[in-house]
Amino acid sequence: MTTEFKDSIETALHNPNLTGALGRFSEAYRISRAKAYEGIDFEAVRDRIAEVKGNASSRFEELAEQFKANAERRGAKVFRTSDPAEVKRYILDLAKAQNVQAVVKSKSMASEEIHLNKAFEQAGIQVDETDLGEWIIQLAHQTPSHMVMPAIHMTKEEVAEVFSQEVEAGQAPDIPKLVKFARGKLRPKFLAADMGITGANIAVAETGSLVIITNEGNARLVTTLPRIHVAIVGIEKLVAQVADIDPILTALPRSATGQLLTSYVSMLSGQVPNTDGSPKDLHIILMDNHRSDMVKDPKFKEALQCIRCATCLNVCPVFRLVGGHVFGKTYTGGIGTILTAWFDELKKSEDIQGLCIQCGSCVPVCPGKIDIPGLILELRRRLVVEQGQSLAMKAIFGVVNNRRLFHSMLRMASVTQKPFKQGRFIRHLPLFLSDMTDFRSLPAIAPEPFRDKIKAIAQPKQAEKVVFYAGCLIDFAYPETGTALVKILNKAGIEVVFPEDQTCCGAPARYSGAYEVAAQNARDNIKALLETDATYVVSACPTCTVALKHDFLDTFKTLGITDALGEAQRLSDRTIDFSSLVKKLVDEGRLTFKEGQHLGKITYHDSCHLKRTLKATDEPRELLQKAGHEIAEMYECDTCCGMAGSYSLKLPEISAPILERKLKNIKDTGADKVVMDCPGCVMQIRGGLDKDGSPIQVEHTAERLEDRFE
Amino acid sequence: MSTTFEAFETRAAAVSAEVHRFASRHEALAFIEGFLREVGVSETPGSGAVWVEGSFLEGIGSAHVASQVPGVSFEVTREAAAVAKVGISQLDWAIAGTGTLVQDATAVEKRLVSTLPPIHLAVIGTERILADFNSVLQRLQPEQINYIAFITGPSRTADIERVLTIGVHGPERLIVVVVDDFEKVTA
Ligand code: SF4
Ligand code: SF4
Repeated sequence: MTTEFKDSIETALHNPNLTGALGRFSEAYRISRAKAYEGIDFEAVRDRIAEVKGNASSRFEELAEQFKANAERRGAKVFRTSDPAEVKRYILDLAKAQNVQAVVKSKSMASEEIHLNKAFEQAGIQVDETDLGEWIIQLAHQTPSHMVMPAIHMTKEEVAEVFSQEVEAGQAPDIPKLVKFARGKLRPKFLAADMGITGANIAVAETGSLVIITNEGNARLVTTLPRIHVAIVGIEKLVAQVADIDPILTALPRSATGQLLTSYVSMLSGQVPNTDGSPKDLHIILMDNHRSDMVKDPKFKEALQCIRCATCLNVCPVFRLVGGHVFGKTYTGGIGTILTAWFDELKKSEDIQGLCIQCGSCVPVCPGKIDIPGLILELRRRLVVEQGQSLAMKAIFGVVNNRRLFHSMLRMASVTQKPFKQGRFIRHLPLFLSDMTDFRSLPAIAPEPFRDKIKAIAQPKQAEKVVFYAGCLIDFAYPETGTALVKILNKAGIEVVFPEDQTCCGAPARYSGAYEVAAQNARDNIKALLETDATYVVSACPTCTVALKHDFLDTFKTLGITDALGEAQRLSDRTIDFSSLVKKLVDEGRLTFKEGQHLGKITYHDSCHLKRTLKATDEPRELLQKAGHEIAEMYECDTCCGMAGSYSLKLPEISAPILERKLKNIKDTGADKVVMDCPGCVMQIRGGLDKDGSPIQVEHTAERLEDRFE
Repeated sequence: MSTTFEAFETRAAAVSAEVHRFASRHEALAFIEGFLREVGVSETPGSGAVWVEGSFLEGIGSAHVASQVPGVSFEVTREAAAVAKVGISQLDWAIAGTGTLVQDATAVEKRLVSTLPPIHLAVIGTERILADFNSVLQRLQPEQINYIAFITGPSRTADIERVLTIGVHGPERLIVVVVDDFEKVTA
């Protein structure tokens, strides 16, 4: 990571206006979005969008030509280009030929993408943004921090100051007055402009129509008053037919601003009369700029299904802390990372891809059905392929791929950690490592790992066997979680088998983009875990469960490894997470809860992988309730705790405030215990509460249930 | 029919449109004239109203209106609209589900009166309220119409601190006059 990038994160985190505004917005957004979708089948709508836009992107060339023919038949001039420089040249040539003195623009991300305003300024042509947020940004000489709300990072005081400095002195920080002021100042500009520039939200090939969606009404003025209209449209805006507008128009306002519909939607198809009765000079620029390269990439093609609603920014725990500017100049947030890598270059995403904590919060709410964290991971992988791992990372993964070495180092660590260890925690590490223990204590490596402990557990021999995959954290830091699991499964008449050769699940390597390392981990584990004939392979770590169930397969497929796919599938079919397995055993009558227990109030934290990939949210809750607990739900129970594997090591400055928020939500419930299914979350949350000196106990569901069965 | 109207009214009111319903054009006209006087429409520069004629005035005549409320002009130009207080036009369809008005706005006059003045008064027949977006698109087809305008409430922004503010570049008030019987003229 460059120091410049780290500095921009620091600056963002220390801007209380930014984090305050974004935090409040992200809370209000969840509610207004949910309300706007009442009575709407979101899954059906986004299936349609994915279908409509997925089909369109497979046929870009054909649709672009069809659009061009239809729009030109109706009097438009359509210019197709893949080169941003040509877009600018076309517009400037047109402006010169038509003697254009002044230009007004409504919001267009495509024009931001090619830095059009700068080109106008260099040519000495006055250009004014008219969307309020864009105008503020233009006056402040900044770039948009959010696709829908470009100036969301600024307070009314800052806006008043910009207006006072750049337009007219003495503006007060009063929002209605500032809005009126903008109306008053921009109105003459609309009336005086010779050229209006817009983007488009949708372009319909069969009719040559542009659909423009706004709230302020500026696009209506921009397309009505100036004698020339230029629309800059990325080809990903193309859809085949008029019927395809409906799902996009259903989702975009609801997802973007929590509205059923924006104040204005305009469908422009060809020339319309100017105010003097002459036909409008209409130019539509269909811009490619690497979009058709994305179509050819089987992984990234789906990113073209994006409708630019910015939901993935609004729900992102990282975005709400750092805002948009750390991501770059045009597209921000999760999808912005992906678009920057393509529209700009892969290298440009090198730093920003690391911002994604892989929590998956954006996935279920994306109207384009885009696997945003999955694609960011793919960027990470390609960056590693292109540039190689850093030396330090290489050394680490070299160890991880050698189980014996790795495990003996962990054992050694349990001895060498002594100077830093107090009880079960490491509270301080020296020097540069201190970042890791700055905001939470780390668990001490257990004196006896689970792999040794299990040998001492006297299990009754049973016909039915289940293989236990512990994962590094349970094996070496929290062996008691494993002991609890064994005890519970024994009660159900199951013998737990622990294959000694199991090793790291490969998630750290995979999430760092080191897929080759992850593939070797996968091979070693598949061999170890399939050796025993067992009904299930169970894990009490959701990240490991996801690795066994999904990631091994995906890693092989991505690398083109075919010989191991069959075995990987067998392992996947057999794999189950702890809570889902226990729930099954309870349902089958093989485990019975002790009756009449009143164990008091607890709160439950949903781990990212368990909730969003394994989709087990009810299972642990039901078990805990049946055991005799009352669950006091915390606010944002399914928001990431900030751990995310090595993320908290790489970006502790972001991980820390995410954790802080989580701790506050836990404390606010008044419960004296917080339970979760992931040892990684246990490590983060327990460490944070310990640092705080809080008496709240943190437990894995397995430990909480250990003594609850007959 | 009336449930469609009520759904429309609820949705439109939720986005700050002001909806009024009348049995006949005659009653609607009386309301409009009263409204124009109330907001101070007059011949004083900057206080005029611009009105794009439609079937609403058939059999009534624009001259009648102009005589009742001085300051109302039926000659819609860019200059007149830019200084008018009120713009009046007839809308083609409405969508109950979202409280939206829809119009073939290819004629530039229709766009001028609904974009420039601070108040837009929209007239529409009750039977023109349809259930949803698709029903409207079957009647106003982008294949044939070059500018279809959908209007849902007045102009708004939330660009500063996410605080909703009504009336930025477009009208700050949207008055919707819904008329049940468009046929009979009693005036
Ligand atoms: S990626 Fe999905 S959520 Fe993000 S802006 Fe695009 S459509 Fe919206
Ligand atoms: S996965 Fe989480 S961190 Fe990554 S972009 Fe989505 S919401 Fe943000």
